[in-house]
Amino acid sequence: MGNASAMLTQYDIEEVQDHCNYLFSQQEIVALYSRFCQLDRTAKGFISSDEFLSIPEFSLNPLSQRLLKMVDGLNFKDFVAFLSAFSPQATTQQKIEFIFKVYDADGKGRVTFKDLLEVLRDLTGSFMSEEQREKVLGQVLEEAGYSRESTLYFEDFMKILSKAGLKMEVEVPVD
Amino acid sequence: MNQRVGTDSSPLRFAACESASLPLFATFIGARRRAPPARTHRQIGSQLVGRRILAAMGGLDSSSMETDLDRPNIEEYLTTETIREVPKKLHLSDLLDISPTLTEAAGAIVDDSFTRCFKSNSPEPWNWNIYLFPLWCLGVVVRYGILFPASFSWLVSFSNLISCMFCRVGVLALGWIVFFAAFLPVHFLIRGHDKWRCKIERKLVEMMCSVFVASWTGVIKYHGPRPSRRPQQVFVANHTSMIDFIILEQMTAFAVIMQKHPGWVGFIQKTILESVGCIWFNRTESKDREVVATKIREHTQGVDNNPLLIFPEGTCVNNHYTVMFKKGAFELGCAVCPVAIKYNKIFVDAFWNSKKQSFTTHLAQLMTSWAVVCDVWYLEPQYIRPGEIPIEFAERVRDMISVRAGLKKVPWDGYLKYFRPSPKLTERKQQIFAESVLKRLEEI
Repeated sequence: MGNASAMLTQYDIEEVQDHCNYLFSQQEIVALYSRFCQLDRTAKGFISSDEFLSIPEFSLNPLSQRLLKMVDGLNFKDFVAFLSAFSPQATTQQKIEFIFKVYDADGKGRVTFKDLLEVLRDLTGSFMSEEQREKVLGQVLEEAGYSRESTLYFEDFMKILSKAGLKMEVEVPVD
Repeated sequence: MNQRVGTDSSPLRFAACESASLPLFATFIGARRRAPPARTHRQIGSQLVGRRILAAMGGLDSSSMETDLDRPNIEEYLTTETIREVPKKLHLSDLLDISPTLTEAAGAIVDDSFTRCFKSNSPEPWNWNIYLFPLWCLGVVVRYGILFPASFSWLVSFSNLISCMFCRVGVLALGWIVFFAAFLPVHFLIRGHDKWRCKIERKLVEMMCSVFVASWTGVIKYHGPRPSRRPQQVFVANHTSMIDFIILEQMTAFAVIMQKHPGWVGFIQKTILESVGCIWFNRTESKDREVVATKIREHTQGVDNNPLLIFPEGTCVNNHYTVMFKKGAFELGCAVCPVAIKYNKIFVDAFWNSKKQSFTTHLAQLMTSWAVVCDVWYLEPQYIRPGEIPIEFAERVRDMISVRAGLKKVPWDGYLKYFRPSPKLTERKQQIFAESVLKRLEEI
């Protein structure tokens, strides 16, 4: 760290801010940049999976593999855009969009029973059997008016989750 | 509720973490208090019952490299206010709402308490204006050109000897020459009188360390009673750089446990440090732990051996934080004498970031700075209290050292620098979530 190209100009900061829809302040973007440089040890311009996994708290998160697929190889601009869903300024819709993207791993715009099952498997590991997971999912889906065969789209997620009162905020430490 | 990722007080960070993931977790706790625990909750029950059992579970598992105490005790940080009553019925939104887990992950990406421990915090540059900059240049000339080199081409008017005497590398070189001139004959020739030989070798090593310290103009203040040579005691200190060992060694000849290094450091380890009775370990070997534990035990029981110095953190930390102490030094049944070391960064940052620079570069950096300023406190010997387990004892000593040296405590295992966290930690999170879902399922 500390090489000449590690300095952000005002233009860079504004470009990044525009890309993340002004969800982070300029100070936060500078702080995120120093964090990005700290994680990107070999100054490649992106953070590799290995470098993400060297953060113990991230590594032991049950959803780390899913998130890794989303965040691996992103440059700084996209990295900030990725984290913008966690900004206190982000709307509920933006947060639900993020959650939808986590479920919709193949990016087709729809979430099937299989996708729901996969995320539940990540979250519960070996402490629930496959039958138990299917049973739980089937039950709650039916109670909400869906079935095992139904496909959930973003609008469905909005309907289900907007009442939930999502708390999904991260504070960027600004020196 | 903001997921506050503060730059200090990592326990608070974890408190926020835990309470953020509480909606389902809380249900479980709430349920547990109302109804008698079901069979499936036997394991969870023991997990929550307190530090002892948590620690014991971690302590019993001696075969894995990482301790289970990588996460702090949940009970300490949960208060009754953070546990809210949640409706028992399971809805689709509860399962779809993965926001607590995602928030934890994003929080870790943005700032985490572990990488903070190994960040080299370079001080603000002070030479930024027109009259300070030439002064700084002059300083560079003096440091690199006069203090550091042994080359006499700079000091044409002085004789070689005098220039050597004032130059650090010269001092060091002179020291090595004197040391080897005395050490080698003593080591190889005085075979019969082992006690004398050991005594002389000890003195020589102490002298050599003093020369080392002089070569980087070490200004070291020692506080507290000097270590005594008695059996049944072990010294533990926080670890910032390999020079910790040299600083402590110049006062008392310790036997130390070190990782075997390649290169010239390894050569010195093999030849000289053997004479003070050092023990070697290898981080990457899994069976190494038991072997080293046995060696340590034998050493502390020997009457003639040098006092043993252990760095329980297991790795170099940046002298602002302490990572978890390994329990090996604390389960020997003998006195543990804590030593706190705090470097003053006024002239140079003594933290050896082993991922960024080799030891030679680190030494060169120290030798080209004005001085290394440091405080060493020898603290009161501690004994394990009845009913205390080694991990608790280690934490208590870590508390003492952290308070004395003004360091912040972080609940991570230092070896996470080299290894990934144990999957058991992820499994524990999964277990909590799964059991809460199942519990609510039973109540539908």
